[in-house]
Parts: sequence; structure tokens; C-alpha cells
Amino acid sequence: MSEIASSSSAAGGGARPPRRLSAFALLMNSRLAAAGLILLVLLCLLMLAAPILPLPDPDATAPADRLLRPLSEGHLLGTDQLGRDLLSRLVWGARVSVAVGLAATLVAAVIGSAIGLVSGYAGGRADNLMMRGIDMLMAFPYILLALAIVAALGPGLMNALYAIAIVNIPFFARNVRGVTLALAHREFVDAARLSGKGHVSILLSEVLPNVAPVIVITMSTTAGWMILETAGLSFLGLGAQPPQADLGSMLGEGRAQLFTAPHVAIVPGVMIFVIVISLNLLGDGLRDALDPRLRSGALSRPGPVTAIARQGPVPENSQPEAALSVERLETGFSAGAGRYQPAVRGVSLHLHAGECLGLIGESGSGKSVTALSVMGLVASPPGLIRGGAIYLGRREVLSMPQTQLIACRGARVAYIFQDPLTTLHPTYTIGRQVMEAVAAHQPLGRQELKARAIALLRQVKIPDAERRAEHYPHQLSGGQRQRVGIAMALANDPDIMIADEPTTALDVTVQAEILNLLRQLQKERQMALLFITHDFGVVADICDRVAVMKDGEIVETGRTRELLARPRHPYTRRLIACVPEIGEGENFLPRVARLMAREAREISA
Amino acid sequence: MSQDPAIRIRDLTKTFGGERRLFGRRSHAVEALRAVSLDLRRGETLAVVGESGSGKSTLARILVGLETPGGGAVEIAGEDAARLRRKGPRAFGKTVQYVFQDPVASLNPRKTIGEILSAPLRLLCGYDRARRETRLRELMQAVDMPEATLSRYPHELSGGQAQRMAIARALAAEADILVLDEPVSALDVSVQAQVLLLLQRLKRELNLSYLFISHDLAVVEAIADRVAVMHFGEVVELEETRTLFATPVHPYTEGLLASAPRLKRA
Repeated sequence: MSEIASSSSAAGGGARPPRRLSAFALLMNSRLAAAGLILLVLLCLLMLAAPILPLPDPDATAPADRLLRPLSEGHLLGTDQLGRDLLSRLVWGARVSVAVGLAATLVAAVIGSAIGLVSGYAGGRADNLMMRGIDMLMAFPYILLALAIVAALGPGLMNALYAIAIVNIPFFARNVRGVTLALAHREFVDAARLSGKGHVSILLSEVLPNVAPVIVITMSTTAGWMILETAGLSFLGLGAQPPQADLGSMLGEGRAQLFTAPHVAIVPGVMIFVIVISLNLLGDGLRDALDPRLRSGALSRPGPVTAIARQGPVPENSQPEAALSVERLETGFSAGAGRYQPAVRGVSLHLHAGECLGLIGESGSGKSVTALSVMGLVASPPGLIRGGAIYLGRREVLSMPQTQLIACRGARVAYIFQDPLTTLHPTYTIGRQVMEAVAAHQPLGRQELKARAIALLRQVKIPDAERRAEHYPHQLSGGQRQRVGIAMALANDPDIMIADEPTTALDVTVQAEILNLLRQLQKERQMALLFITHDFGVVADICDRVAVMKDGEIVETGRTRELLARPRHPYTRRLIACVPEIGEGENFLPRVARLMAREAREISA
Repeated sequence: MSQDPAIRIRDLTKTFGGERRLFGRRSHAVEALRAVSLDLRRGETLAVVGESGSGKSTLARILVGLETPGGGAVEIAGEDAARLRRKGPRAFGKTVQYVFQDPVASLNPRKTIGEILSAPLRLLCGYDRARRETRLRELMQAVDMPEATLSRYPHELSGGQAQRMAIARALAAEADILVLDEPVSALDVSVQAQVLLLLQRLKRELNLSYLFISHDLAVVEAIADRVAVMHFGEVVELEETRTLFATPVHPYTEGLLASAPRLKRA
């Protein structure tokens, strides 16, 4: 149903445009970036309009009018030591500086990106050779390198442009190479190769569009810097040559009058500041708008506990004897501007000591969000608990002060996650990580901690635990890592263990071992186990009771054996019917085909 | 030609690493494949099962030309794979195609489905614009998707829809041998069943041969004619599906069957 329904809605969805925020709208969302953009547009308009503005000749000297203060008659910003109008020189000079800075950015971007693309895509020896060349460029202090280049080519604006471009090539080459390297081994690049595309075509049409945002971001963040460098070289007399005006050379000329007529230096200085700050503000905004990870708020630091904004009264605990009661839980995600996307809708669960409750559902059914809500672990923003209650015995978790809730994590309720490679710290030994888990709740000495950690590793049946404790996560197999994850969860004798797809990433033989271990530990310690999975086979293996979730709601709960044998809800029935069973063999597909055909008839009827 | 198996593999080996480094030491070598021999017959579905690290994905990547074999012989549709490779990626792509495990990762996020599917039509089949448009519509029909999908981006599709698109791309090349690398393991069960049905129908209608790589024994039993069990780079057992599931011979196969989770415990 879901697939057929969604594909038909996709057919009808041609009329409904998918809600995508344009990059421009996102950019305007940030006030600073918008301010930068507006400032920059105004400056650009001013510079472009220079030829038609009623400005005096910027190079016309008038010794009689030298060093006039700002706001003098006929000279709004005053004059310099040769009596030239500062406003006119400022506008014309900014034009030159910005043009040279942007041209240098463009040249550096094209050459640097090309080097980065080829180097990252080709890999191996070509990569090594190119990157060592780039390293050599980077090894010189940039201003020294620029000076050397200008010294070799002779002073002048064009040569300053080359120098700045060359000095900045490494930034682009390194950034682009890093991204390309990651992309070159992605499956869609392999797929393009199998579609008959050659290397050049793959680079230009598959890799480049995915690298382009990085190039734009690097450009926008380095452009201001390059304008500054242009000014720097001109300040040293290596860029623009007199009488041509340019912000750097104006600053250089003003230096001599810094004490008698400070405005000669301050005016171009302020201009440089305004241009660079507006470019940088815009660049930051552009980066945020173009990077999809930043767009989803991944870099905004989540709070220690999910945001709670309960509407309505706190529900009573309907089964006070249960170890964990979830009552009418409402969790969702705020999508900005007051919009709210529900993920869990009024879910109630009761988990008793010594019991294993399975929570099963397809992807997006809200089972993981339910599990994370129990200890307020849904990342906020954007997570938000809007209603319901969670009882640990008699205490209500969501009403607890933050420090108490955090103290419950690991001590009363422990979690095991799907992929222990991502939850274990890669640069600490596993022994140390288990020790930390113990130390979080038990003030013990180092020797005691170590003994306790090794005992825990033994309990989860890691062979040769003492030696293994010195190993790093990557030295262990997936099954062993999951055992370490379980050891850490057991560290403080929790009453409740929540396992979120703990065996999904494992091979079947290893999965069977881990399930055995969990079952045995649970029985020994009379723990309550909430087991989240999408696999009915696993549920049948380990769970006493099972709850089926669909679209954020529990549609059916029951004893595992009864529910699997006689599912009552049509959704459960359908899910179970779609699971191939060993022994069913070639009969499976005809059976599913009949089921789908019947559903299609029911939908059309 | 018609007597030739779709794929014939003899003593195929592949070792990763083991090169000499700058200062003399050899890097750690991993034998991904050790002397694998297999035949994929015309019109059959041969499943390759094994756990992670058994070498099944390496085998698949060699068969479609994404990796070069270390040693041994591979014939695809009666032609030597080394010779095919020398003819260039286009000759390879016309003979054998690949369906990736993660459908979303195998579609370029910045291209529409129409653009992605056009590439093999243009480059491998050499069709002109009008012919391409017709073929695109036919392909959408073949995988049960509305034509409007052509103008969508991969992230706007669900996992099952994306996998249908990946299958459509493999079909677009008009190769009649498909190597499917865990094509349904990233999908929810109900979607998985639908994709399996689709694969079975396409095979019948287009007379395809499948090399179906999977770790899920129940799925394999439902769709495969024969099964090859791989363990540490070797084929330890190769049998008709029914025979293998009824009377596994190799202890490793027995172990695999015993540890597979089942709904109804005996």
C-alpha cells in the first residue's frame, strides 16, 4: 500500500511543487548576510556608476587645494597631499581594488579547482605529485611569495593580480580535492561509469556539480581576503602605480600625513573595511545557505535535554507497577516559523521488570524517536516533546530537573545503538571507554574502575578481556564492538535497557550470538528490555510482547506468539505477510503477488 | 552463443594491498577472492550468499568491470572479460549491468531521474533524442512508476522508488545480464516484496539473467534458482536452491541456516 500509494501520489504530485526553500530565501533569512549583500550591492552600484557620476578627475592635481578637510566646499571628503579630490579617488580606486581582487579570486578558483578536481579524482601518483606541489606553495609565507612573484615580474596591477591568484590557488586546490576525493568513490560515480561515461564527462557532469557549492563558498570567503591582499601589495608600492588610484596606494600615500591630515589615510581604510566586512558577511551567509547540513541545523549545538513544551495536563501513570510507563507521548520536530512535524502521536507503552518488549515498525514510523524521548535524547533543536508523560517507576521523567534526568541516563536507563563503530570513540581504548561509563555514576579509584571494566567485558563474553581492553574500536569485529556497547550499557546496573536496532548491522550468525547474550543478561538481572527493530524474525526470537508502530502511532500490542500467529490489525497482517520465511521458497512471491493484487482491487473498488 | 553461459568464472582471485611501500615494507594484503569458479546460466537467477567480508561484493564489482581481476578467467556472454575491458567501458556496459545496494547513493543528487537515465541511452545505445524520450517512457512503465518521476530529484523519492530507478537505469543499457548487489536489503519489508516481484516479472519479460548477491537467506530462497555460498573468498557450496535449503552439506551453510531468524519457531 505504502509504495503504491506513494507512487500514485507522486503521479498526482506533479501539480504540487515540493516545498524547497530557495538558496536566496535562506540567505535573506540571515540578517547579517542580507545586510552584507545590500551593502555590497550599493557599493557595486556606486563603483559601476563612477563614469557617469559628477566626479572631478581623480588624477587632476591642484596644489593650492592640498589637504583640505572633509566637507570642504567642492570636496566632500577633502583632498590629498596633491590636492586631488578624495571622493573621486575613493570611488575610482575602490573600482580598481575590487576588480583586481575579484579577478584574482576567479583565476585562483578556476586553476585551483581544476587542480583539486583532477588530483582528487585521479588519486595515486598524480594526486601525490600535485599535492606536494601545492604544499610547496603553502610552505612560503603568502606575502613573501607574493613579493617574490611581483619582484620577478616587476611592479604593476596585473602582476599583483597574478601574484595574489597564485598565492591563493592552494586554498581552492585543497578544499576541492578533499571533497572530490570523497565523491570519486561514491556509488553514483561508479554508476555513471557503468552508464558509459568517460573520465572527463564524469568529472564535469557528475563530480563538478557536487563540488560547485564548495567552490562558491571558498570564493565568497576568500574574495575579501584577496581584496585586502591587493591593497597590501599596492600599499607597499608593488601594485597600482601613481598616479592611478587604488585603495592600497591611497592608504600608502596617506600614511605620510597620518598626523597632520589623518583623513587621507582613514577614508580609504574605512572603505577597505566596509568592502571586506560586507563580503565576509555575505560569504558566511552563502556558506550557511548552500551547505545542506547547516541548513538542517546540524551545527547548532543541541541542548542537553529535548525541549519540552507540554500542552494540557500531565497524564496519570495507568500502570504504576511497570518499570517504565510511556503515557500518550507526543514528540515531533519544529520546522521553523511555528511549524511542527509530529513523529510520535500519543504513544503509550508499559514495560515491566524482567520483560522484553519489542517495538517494531518500518522506517519513519517513529520507533526510534519514541525510544530517544524516554531519556530526553531527541536532539533539540529541532526536537520537541509536546505532550504525555514518562514514568520510571513512580517518578515522572519529563518533570524532573535537568540534572536529575541526566543522572538517570546510564544509571536507571541505558541505551544500546545500532552501529557501535559510530557510538564508540575511535581514539580511546575500549577498556577506557567502559571505565568512563562506570565512572560517570560510581566514584571509584582507577584500579577498581579497571577491574570493574574488565569484569564487564567478561560478562559480555569478550574472550581474553584483559588484553582486549587495550584495543581500539577499529581493531574489533562488528559483533565484538556491539558487545562493548552492551558492556557500557550494563556498567551501572540499569533497571531498563533500550536497544535501538542493535543487531541490524551484523551478520546473521553474529546477530544470533548477540541476541543470545542479551536474552541471557536480561534474565539474569531481571532487566526490562525495550527492543526496537524492523525485523519480525528478531522479534520472534527475543521479545515477550510486541508493539507495532505505524506513522507515529501504535496500531497493535500483544504477546509475541499470539500477535505473530493471529495479527488483528490489517497493517500488522500485511507486514507479516511480506516477510519471506525460510522453507517457503518459491511460494513466497506468488503469495505476495496475490496479496498485492487483492489490495489493488480494494483500492480501486 | 546461446550455449555459452551468461557468465563463466574460472579460478578468479583478487588480493587487495600487498604493494611495496616507499621504504621497502609490504602493506598488509587481504585475499578477497581465492580461486572462485562459477557459471551463471542463461535465464537463471544465481544467488551468492555470504557474510560481510566473504568477497561477494568484490566478485560483483569485478564482473561489471569496476575492479580488475587479480588472476583467473572471466567470460561474459561468451567473450573474454579482459578483451571486453580493452574495448572500453561502453562494450562492458552493453553486456552486463549492475544494481547497487544503496539506491539513493547510486543516484547523483544534483541530477533529475530523466538526466540520469538518459546517460546510458545516449552513450551505450546511441539513441537520438526522440528515441530516448520513447525509451524513457517505456522504462518508467517497466518499473511501474509514473512518467512525472523523470523530472524529480533522487532525494524526493522513497527508498523503494529510488531502487526502481536504479533498476530502470540498469535496464536502459539493454544488457541482458544483471548483477544485483543486495538490491533489497536497504528496503522495508513490504517494499522489499514489491521490488522482488518487479525483478521477477522483468526477468521473465525481458529474458534476463541475474547474479543476485544477498545476505538474507529467506529472500534468496524465494527468488533464486541456484545458490552459491561464499566464505572467506571461496565458494564452499553451490547447489539448486531447494536442495541446498533442504540438505546443506557444508558446515558453514548449516550454521548460516541455523542462525537465520524465523517467525515461527519449530
